[in-house]
Amino acid sequence: MTTTIRLQREPFDIAVEVGKLSGGRTDVGAVVTFTGICRADENGAPIAALTLEHYPGMAEAEIARHVEEARARWPLLGVTVVHRHGRLKPGEVIVLVATASSHRQAAFAAAEFLMDYLKTRAPFWKQVETAAGAAWVDAKAADDKAAERWAAPPPRRDAAK
Amino acid sequence: MTIKVLYFASVRERVGKPEEEIDPPAGIATVGQLMTWLAAQGEQYAHAFENPKVIRAAIDRKHVRADARIEGAGEIAFFPPMTGG
Repeated sequence: MTTTIRLQREPFDIAVEVGKLSGGRTDVGAVVTFTGICRADENGAPIAALTLEHYPGMAEAEIARHVEEARARWPLLGVTVVHRHGRLKPGEVIVLVATASSHRQAAFAAAEFLMDYLKTRAPFWKQVETAAGAAWVDAKAADDKAAERWAAPPPRRDAAK
Repeated sequence: MTIKVLYFASVRERVGKPEEEIDPPAGIATVGQLMTWLAAQGEQYAHAFENPKVIRAAIDRKHVRADARIEGAGEIAFFPPMTGG
């Protein structure tokens, strides 16, 4: 399986990342991508920018652990996770999760699984710049709930075939 | 026992530094006990650890619970619930 995990300040080209998952091979039948984008508001209040802090070393390791878990659950042919840190303006891409498989079910499920775990387990913290000053974004209970549902027994590896 | 401690996000801001070496007394055996001890190290620490139930911890870059033992830890990190993605 092709695995790419990258943390970076710089913007990146989503099409290039997606192309790497299926380029030069003919066994990939499905690529699912999730793109997280910086909104211009947080809880209804306008924001000028957001700054992502992370725990270098642990962030990569934690993402890698969840990619391994996704690989054990679904028949994946490739996974790409690119997560930016530093200051981002509304409209900029924060994160890309792309999964490749022979069939769509595994790719969809693995992408959702990885995003749910990224939200709640990967050591990143968002701070937004509002008119009232800088404020840390609160973790959402809905994100914990979304991650918890994957704690159920995993599907059979061949279920998507 | 000297331990490297890292702080992130709101915990880092409240403590006032990103990392430090600490030397807790021998009786401190778990992450939870370490948080209680840290909370008594001054006003800023008291503020950072005022609600230890919401503070997450990692030992050597792996998530751990408050009852995890700190013996042998290379680095211990404290941070609020994560908001990436």
